[in-house]
Parts: sequence; structure tokens; C-alpha cells
Amino acid sequence: MSQHVTREPIDVGRLVAGVADPARGAAVVFLGTVRRSEADGPVISIEYSAYEEMLAEEFARIVGEVAVRWPGVACAAQHRLGDVPTGEPSIGIAVAGPHRAEAFDACRYVIEEAKRRLPVWKRERFDDGSTRWREE
Amino acid sequence: MGKPDDAGRLTGDPITVRCRFFATFAELLGREGFDLVLPGTATVGDAVQALRQALPHGERLPREPMTAVNREHARPGHPLADGDELALLPPLAGG
Repeated sequence: MSQHVTREPIDVGRLVAGVADPARGAAVVFLGTVRRSEADGPVISIEYSAYEEMLAEEFARIVGEVAVRWPGVACAAQHRLGDVPTGEPSIGIAVAGPHRAEAFDACRYVIEEAKRRLPVWKRERFDDGSTRWREE
Repeated sequence: MGKPDDAGRLTGDPITVRCRFFATFAELLGREGFDLVLPGTATVGDAVQALRQALPHGERLPREPMTAVNREHARPGHPLADGDELALLPPLAGG
């Protein structure tokens, strides 16, 4: 499995350690977590599935684009697949750069591109056992 | 044997494209894959049209779904080659 895909809980500390460097004074972390709210209904988990071979390649492309657009900025990112319980992250992105402006910009770029390009789908699982495909 | 077109592809020989379906598309088709034989000049759009006609429940597929060829996003006009992997992607929900 690629560094960008996991079926285990996302290790946020490990993502941050992967981009930390004395030359990079700003680190930003984004976590997308499985939500349960009034509007979402009684979600107990979301099952994430993917076109796994393309997921790994496309995520690597996005992370590679960060290095080109923001030289000096490092990025570590993972998408989790399989059943992700409410409240746990399905995606983790850690970005570190010399200054906060590029760190925030690069992190935003990664999540926006991830949502736009990664071949991942989600099916919500409710507490009554029913499921529903979710299109966003 | 076909003649080369402007791009140097042989235009006469049929090609085989390995099609893959995911999530809601796999559910509505009742399958995850299909090997499609097409004319040598076929594009992604041609393949999608052929799938919609050839497969049971194929008409349930959108006319212009998101697609990827060999694991890269590709538009309907993208030309196909023998052995390509064409994936039909339902609306993405990652992140």
C-alpha cells in the first residue's frame, strides 16, 4: 500500500514528524473527520472505498505539485479506506514550511485538490443498519 | 492492417479496453469490470457510449461520467489504445 493510503487509524503525529524540520518554522495540519450531526442523521461510520491504484498515483501527484508550487514546503498526507467511525479522521494532511502563509496555502491546496481529484467514494452507515451513498 | 492516422495510430485494428466500474456505477451495473472491443480510433466518449448500449442496465450510466484512463483523469475526447484501462468514476467523495 502507498504512503498515501491506509486502512488503519491515521497517525497524525507520524504525519507531522514526516514534515518537521528546523528550517520549517510553520506546520499546519488538516484532518477531515467523519461527522455526525442533526443534518447528517445518526451516522455511526462511513465506509470509504476507492480506485486504489489511481488513488495512490493521484495523491502522489497532488503532493508533488506542492513541492513545485511552494519550494521549501513539505507535505505528508494520507487517506483512510474501509470503515471509519464517527469522529475519526478519513484524511490527514500535514504541511510544514518556512513561514505560515505558504504552509496554510499549501495545506488548503491539498485538501481542495484531494476533494476534486481523488477517486474515493463514501457510504454512510446508520445506527439502524441502513446505508446510503453520499455524493460529497 | 490499418493505415496510420495523423497521430501515427493504426486506424483499422480493433482495440480492447479494460473497463472498470466503482461504487454506485458497479452497483447499478451489477459488475465491476468489462472488456470492451472498439475501433482503433475510439475515444473515451465512444467507449462510454458503447458501454451504455452494450451492458445490461447500461442506460443507467450517465452520458458523460467522470473518467480516467490508465489511472489519470481523462476527458471524453481522449483517444484510447489497445490495453488501456478505462475507469468510470461516480461523483467523487474523498477527503
